[in-house]
Amino acid sequence: MAEVDIRLTLNGEERSASVEPRLLLSDFIRHHMRLTGTHVGCEHGVCGACTVIVDGEPQRSCLMFAVQADGASVETIEGVAPNGELGPVQQAFHEAHGMQCGFCTPGFVMSLTALLRNSPDADDDELLDSLSGNLCRCTGYVNIIEAARLARERMNGAA
Amino acid sequence: MKPAPFAYHAPDQLDEVLALLGDQDHEVRLLAGGQSLVPMMNFRLAAPEVLVDLRRVESLRQLRHSGDGTLAIGAGVRQSALLREPVVTDGWPLLSEGARHIGHPQVRSRGTVCGSLAHHDPTAELPALAVALDARMVLASASGTRERSADEFFVSYYTVALEPGEMLLEVRFPRCPAAAGWSFKEVARRRGDFALVGVAALVEAGDDGTVSRARLVFCGVAERPFRALDAEQAVVSGASFEEAGRLVSEAVRPMGSIHASAEYRRECAGELAARALSEAWERATGG
Ligand SMILES: Cc1cc2nc3c(=O)[nH]c(=O)nc-3n(C[C@H](O)[C@H](O)[C@H](O)COP(=O)(O)OP(=O)(O)OC[C@H]3O[C@@H](n4cnc5c(N)ncnc54)[C@H](O)[C@@H]3O)c2cc1C
Ligand code: FES
Ligand code: FES
Repeated sequence: MAEVDIRLTLNGEERSASVEPRLLLSDFIRHHMRLTGTHVGCEHGVCGACTVIVDGEPQRSCLMFAVQADGASVETIEGVAPNGELGPVQQAFHEAHGMQCGFCTPGFVMSLTALLRNSPDADDDELLDSLSGNLCRCTGYVNIIEAARLARERMNGAA
Repeated sequence: MKPAPFAYHAPDQLDEVLALLGDQDHEVRLLAGGQSLVPMMNFRLAAPEVLVDLRRVESLRQLRHSGDGTLAIGAGVRQSALLREPVVTDGWPLLSEGARHIGHPQVRSRGTVCGSLAHHDPTAELPALAVALDARMVLASASGTRERSADEFFVSYYTVALEPGEMLLEVRFPRCPAAAGWSFKEVARRRGDFALVGVAALVEAGDDGTVSRARLVFCGVAERPFRALDAEQAVVSGASFEEAGRLVSEAVRPMGSIHASAEYRRECAGELAARALSEAWERATGG
């Protein structure tokens, strides 16, 4: 199939590329842009490992074609730690031990980053609603919830 | 897995969308939020030859609240946009409470209201809500538009009354009776999962303090939204909400699956009916 030209903002930088329409945004990010922090677990929208922020909203990059990101602003886990310094949600996961193997972590961080930027005073119900969209096979979630609350406390203070 | 190749169009005018959709020689599909279609394509359960993306058609992203009290939701309106709209929370609380049960924020941020209605998963919340709230469906093709009631629109599993070349242009919800009490309840294995069973209830109180009107519509118990007419009638004739629940359990014939047996779903339907009716009643009577 004919390739399509796209232009998007990826972690604040203008990027352009020529892609096949069937290329998933997740594969574009990982294989074409070489940003492998976005993980792919299920490719059908269930696990949340591939979550990125598109135009300010958390979305599944495995359920979007790269062509649909034409004109959009996409932020990946690499974008929340631009100078190698952990972002507030990452720092909270580190301190609260919100991870074990780490496979699910980028997805959780992107979901929570989007939530807390849009609503810094999100209540526990909103936190859990957001966390419900990401699966973790290791931790049992207790420390992830802990990390989410810690991140809220800090980001709320900053706002 | 990866999707099969397809040709991609993202026109910015509705008539271009309808012209592309009218192509009889290829398998053409609309791409709205992609939250049901893309998983099916990734699994190769669907392999359309042409995708027509609605994302650039500005006119479809409108959510209008008109003078006669109707809420019109265009084919481009995302579920998250619906939930953010105060007009909806105030005027159609049943609709927003039900829509809050759809998947996760990361899914609702792309998935559209009309996409869910057109896809018609039998456990989806929105089709049941559309039937409960007497929604009107506006269907459009290159040759014009027509209207159907929600009740006529949903045919069977993943099947709706759309002809080839036709799309759901918008869904219109009439004004909710201000005095109606409402409730939405569902049982799912995990938060955000598709419901095993869900129910939308509306109740109105008459001047004599009894139930004058009741509406009970379920998802997950049949091949399309199921309206429990017997239970509605019984409640208006003075039956208790528990009795209505028992009537529901007897009336529904859900299918069992690996997620839950038919019997469990039947029990859930009855229990949810009783709880939803009493919550709706409390709201109707300010109790
Ligand atoms: C993890 C996960 C959990 C989910 N949980 C739930 C849940 O609990 N409850 C629930 O109801 N849904 C759930 N969904 C599905 C979600 O609500 C979808 O958004 C919805 O079913 C389809 O809407 P869409 O805009 O994404 O449509 P798409 O995926 O783009 O399209 C779906 C189908 O409808 C057709 N279509 C789309 N728009 C139109 C239109 N305007 N006219 C005619 N045809 C059209 C498409 O061609 C396609 O065949 C879940 C999805 C995921 C990935
Ligand atoms: S890889 Fe996208 S949700 Fe699992
Ligand atoms: S830490 Fe291993 S999957 Fe979450």
